[in-house]
Amino acid sequence: MDWMNFMYPLAGGVMIGLAATIMLYFNGRITGVSGLIGMSLTKITRANDWRYLFLAGLILGSVLLYFINPAFYAYGLPYGFGKAIVAGLLVGFGTRLGRGCTSGHGVCGLPRLSMRSLVATLTFMGVAIITTFIMKQF
Amino acid sequence: MHGLVALLSGIIFSLGLGISGMVNPNVVIGFLDIFGSWNPALAFVMGGAVLVNLVFFNVIIKRNKTYSGGKLHLPTNTKLDKSLIIGSALFGIGWGIGGICPGPAVANLFLLNPVILAFVGSMIAGMLIYKFTLGKNH
Repeated sequence: MDWMNFMYPLAGGVMIGLAATIMLYFNGRITGVSGLIGMSLTKITRANDWRYLFLAGLILGSVLLYFINPAFYAYGLPYGFGKAIVAGLLVGFGTRLGRGCTSGHGVCGLPRLSMRSLVATLTFMGVAIITTFIMKQF
Repeated sequence: MHGLVALLSGIIFSLGLGISGMVNPNVVIGFLDIFGSWNPALAFVMGGAVLVNLVFFNVIIKRNKTYSGGKLHLPTNTKLDKSLIIGSALFGIGWGIGGICPGPAVANLFLLNPVILAFVGSMIAGMLIYKFTLGKNH
């Protein structure tokens, strides 16, 4: 494997970790994106301002990076509307029922040595690996 | 102040998602495809993020307050219940099909790709379905 192949993921991972650290240190909040979106789906209130602003930051950061190097976003989607809709429903419902996703349980939960987050992360990683295997058979 | 921090955290988080390859569903599915042509690069994303937080989160949690003396909002539930496992498993199926988790879903919005928009729309629908069914009492 070319060293650049993992330098970018490692650098990106460190940035994601720092973003979550900043959020915890200054705002006292866990950076769980599914929770942030889920909690934003209520009446618009001032109490949710930081959630809207984090989500705006996610969009702004991509636009910024796109102007620096659009190659990061120049991919072809390997599926169409059908799979996208089914996948979206499962991701949305599942992350709210399971109280977290890759960021909340993985990036923030594992370093806190949370047993719930460890079980959640092993479950969604394991099931995603099996799902990918099954999907490739069709 | 909290708003500015959240915006900044979102931007850094998003740059990390972009640089690491997490925004590209082909890279994610390549990582999940351990029985096929496995691309292990994304292990460095989670690894990098968790290592950073393993240091900083635990320092902050030991302090037990934000930089300005504010409260840390940490999860208190420690039960390994059915909803944690089933929710995470459903999320895993969706992640395996779509290769997109909630953070990258938002980070990819600016592309205005109709299939991504369908994914995000149905992800939000899934969250709302949860909110008005099983999540009614939360």
